[in-house]
Amino acid sequence: MGFSNKNYQLLSKIATNDQHGENSPYFDGWKAYDRDPYHPTKNPQGVIQMGLAENQLCFDLVEEWIRNNPQVSICTSEGVDQFKDIAIYQDYHGLPEFRQAVAKFMGRVRDDRVTFDPDRIVMSGGATGANETMIFCLADPGDAFLVPSPYYPAFTRDLGWRTGVQLLPVDCDSSNKFKITKSALEVAYHKAQEANINIKGLIITNPSNPLGTTLDRETLIDLVTFINEKNIHLVCDEIYAATVFRSPRLVSIAQIIEEMDCNRDLIHIVYSLSKDMGFPGFRVGIVYSYNDAVVSCARKMSSFGLVSSQTQHSLASMLSDDEFIDKFLAESSKRLANRYNKFTKGLEQVGISCLNSNAGLFLWMDLHRLLKEETKESEMALWRIIIDEVKLNVSPGSSFHCLEPGWFRVCFANMDDDTVDIALKRIRAFVSRGKDVEAPTRNKPRRMNLRLSFNSRRFEESVMSPHSPIPLSPLVRAWT
Amino acid sequence: MFRLSCKLLSKVATSDGHGENSPYFDGWKAYESDPYHPINNPEGVIQMGLAENQLCFDVIQNWLMNNPKASICTPEGVDAFKEIAIFQDYHGLSEFREAVAKFMAKVRGNNVKFDPDRIVMSGGATGAHEMIAFCLADPGDAFLVPTPYYPAFDRDLKWRTGVQIIPVVCKSSNNFKVTREAIEGAYKGAEEANIRVQGLLITNPSNPLGTTLDRETLKSLVRFVNEKNIHLVCDEIYAATVFMSEPNYVSVAEIIEEEDIECNPDLIHIVYSLSKDMGFPGFRVGIVYSYNDRVMNCARKMSSFGLVSSQTQHMIASMLSDEEFVDKFITESKTRLAVRQQYFSMGLYDQVGIRCLKSNAGLFVWMDLRKLLKEQTFEDEMALWKVIIDEVRLNVSPGSSFHCSEPGWFRVCFANMDDKAMELALTRIRNFVLKNKDIALSLKKQCWHSSNLRLNLSSRNLSSRRMEEIMLVGMMSPHSPLPQSPLLQART
Repeated sequence: MGFSNKNYQLLSKIATNDQHGENSPYFDGWKAYDRDPYHPTKNPQGVIQMGLAENQLCFDLVEEWIRNNPQVSICTSEGVDQFKDIAIYQDYHGLPEFRQAVAKFMGRVRDDRVTFDPDRIVMSGGATGANETMIFCLADPGDAFLVPSPYYPAFTRDLGWRTGVQLLPVDCDSSNKFKITKSALEVAYHKAQEANINIKGLIITNPSNPLGTTLDRETLIDLVTFINEKNIHLVCDEIYAATVFRSPRLVSIAQIIEEMDCNRDLIHIVYSLSKDMGFPGFRVGIVYSYNDAVVSCARKMSSFGLVSSQTQHSLASMLSDDEFIDKFLAESSKRLANRYNKFTKGLEQVGISCLNSNAGLFLWMDLHRLLKEETKESEMALWRIIIDEVKLNVSPGSSFHCLEPGWFRVCFANMDDDTVDIALKRIRAFVSRGKDVEAPTRNKPRRMNLRLSFNSRRFEESVMSPHSPIPLSPLVRAWT
Repeated sequence: MFRLSCKLLSKVATSDGHGENSPYFDGWKAYESDPYHPINNPEGVIQMGLAENQLCFDVIQNWLMNNPKASICTPEGVDAFKEIAIFQDYHGLSEFREAVAKFMAKVRGNNVKFDPDRIVMSGGATGAHEMIAFCLADPGDAFLVPTPYYPAFDRDLKWRTGVQIIPVVCKSSNNFKVTREAIEGAYKGAEEANIRVQGLLITNPSNPLGTTLDRETLKSLVRFVNEKNIHLVCDEIYAATVFMSEPNYVSVAEIIEEEDIECNPDLIHIVYSLSKDMGFPGFRVGIVYSYNDRVMNCARKMSSFGLVSSQTQHMIASMLSDEEFVDKFITESKTRLAVRQQYFSMGLYDQVGIRCLKSNAGLFVWMDLRKLLKEQTFEDEMALWKVIIDEVRLNVSPGSSFHCSEPGWFRVCFANMDDKAMELALTRIRNFVLKNKDIALSLKKQCWHSSNLRLNLSSRNLSSRRMEEIMLVGMMSPHSPLPQSPLLQART
């Protein structure tokens, strides 16, 4: 019986297209890491994972809190009497104490400048589920959402795979530090109109992934004005809200809409505890909409990805401990700042600069001077070298749909201090190994003329940085 | 100042596809506005519309107390907290998959094995069904579904996917069996309407019937899908609620291993969950188990939209890999379900002559109130249902919400309450019937048992334990060593 030739049609179009996004280079680095993962004792030569934006810096605080709060669990003798009630609780409204705790936490993360209504808190299967749910509520197949580039690679899957909605990039570049400009928005919008594509909204990530920067007030006002004019939605992914580690403080969309005229039915926030608390495994996604119909619809859809009641219960307890949360947020900020400083200084020492950032779990590293040509292919070639020779998994800018080749996202919060040292050492070693073949003949190698040779390619000299204390290194780029 | 037009939302958002305007949910709302509580609200509506398994929490709680490492929040388990909290790999914890695979096999009497690498997570069975529909069908395609069926299939299979459901009508004249004829008829109808049928979805054990599919029916379904080259999705969410040893439960997993069946495994998929068998609907443990590698891979990628919380994976892994506990739990659960079902269905019959479909599984009975309808219409069914909620004060689910083709059937859940509430429910039914002579008369007409088999339960002085023993023996084996008791149903 000839089964196999008919099998292809047996699956849906969604199942047989590429929109799951896993053929993106973003994932190739992961695979390289998976094959040869670094371990301090078992595999010290392995690839260090710097491609995963995780926050592992404060688990000591969380564990200490858990030890002191046995009621957090339905499996302890203190908590087991609640086991049954929690195990059977499948109401898609979510435990009220969970919603209240999350609302309070969200407010706290924004320095209590705004309050959030627990009744608008809707659960989802992580931010992944939240983003998809938002699109299902707001757009039909074939419609489009504008998204400023560079952006989180998995948006392709989350926003477009099963929804059939397109993503249209709003181009941002380094000439103005990747700010989102009014003209870029208008250009993208009109391009879509000319192609007869129906734009339903704009999605922004604030703080930004991969940039690590927060949007300034003026930009946010511009965005709100823009979407009101066009009568399209504004979805704000604020998943990194609590990772702001230095000024300027985050300005949330929740604050902006209190300060200006705005149709609130167009405003929606996506949130999660994956980055701020470091709990990606718990799948705590939140949809927070100011539009009642969207809240209602998203809540019905949440049945497809509710948060486990066991997890709701634990987190309700944890997040409503004000003292603990204050301590956690302060300490997390501090440790992120330390990490950021250590890394950026270490990179500067070898002439590598990064975009000036104030948030996130990563750096946006500028290696464009190392490219043979300003092309994506060159970027990918450089990236393979970083994985294969420097043994670091970083994420190439092209996987974030960055227009300019040469940028790489480097995560720094998913490792301990020793690993940070090793990563920096590897980078340093690699940079100094990259001396030109001619160099050994010079008695006093002058760094000004140093060229880096990768697989016998030559790279252009770089320009002196006005701010680096170190004499010229070919990896330094002038940055004003 | 700014007017929001409806066009701002998607078609999906503004449609009725969420299904909440079904009467299935109206009963819930009636219950929610006036819920029964033994002390706080003894006159309130008793919830018999929710298929939950609340009978064995004592067993579980006991296990938890002896196994603190199952939790990452106990002093014994907290060392694993960080590792679990950061684990978001959509393959799932390997120990979780292994434990679930082993559990699924045990539930099927170890007649089949399940491969842990085929276990894919989803946001409950709700997420599993939607995910399978997304993998197997395009918008406009259809699934055949035998009626009566679980109301929320309309949402899970159709809402965001754009897929259709074509009912395969089953009738009480043959105890709602799924016939080849009915399936062929539905399939043909779809072809004529130019609708592409991508698969057949069966629920085995059935919700709302509480029956399991016999081996021959299953084989005929497998043959049918192979002939038409369409998928067979088997929702086996009630697998461990089979409380009779005969007829025994046969899973599709067993059928496809049989020698006289030629089956393309790429067509076979199982949906599973721990919501009914373990009684953990809150934990959202949905499973997609496909024999088709491409579907498995696609589903796994989609599982990112509804992974099981790693905290829950960890606990479940711990619990379900304790084989002694699992064996004890499955046995105890079946026993208690059996007792409950027998007590309730016999109570209904003996006290007021209400019959239920003969069933061997599930957390509910399929109650026959056709004789109480003035006319065999769905309007009358709705009117009767309102009476049951408002006057008898029980939330039951009308057959029409399950797309049953015949009016007068009601699904009544019995495993989500304690013995007292169950007794009260029976009492309310009895009192209502006694008060309403015309109803009593209608019910008398359908009773064929001789009067000496009737029990006057108010004068019964059997201890409840003895009663349980008798019932249990009567059900489990037709060869009971005990003398004939009025509680024994003749069973061949």
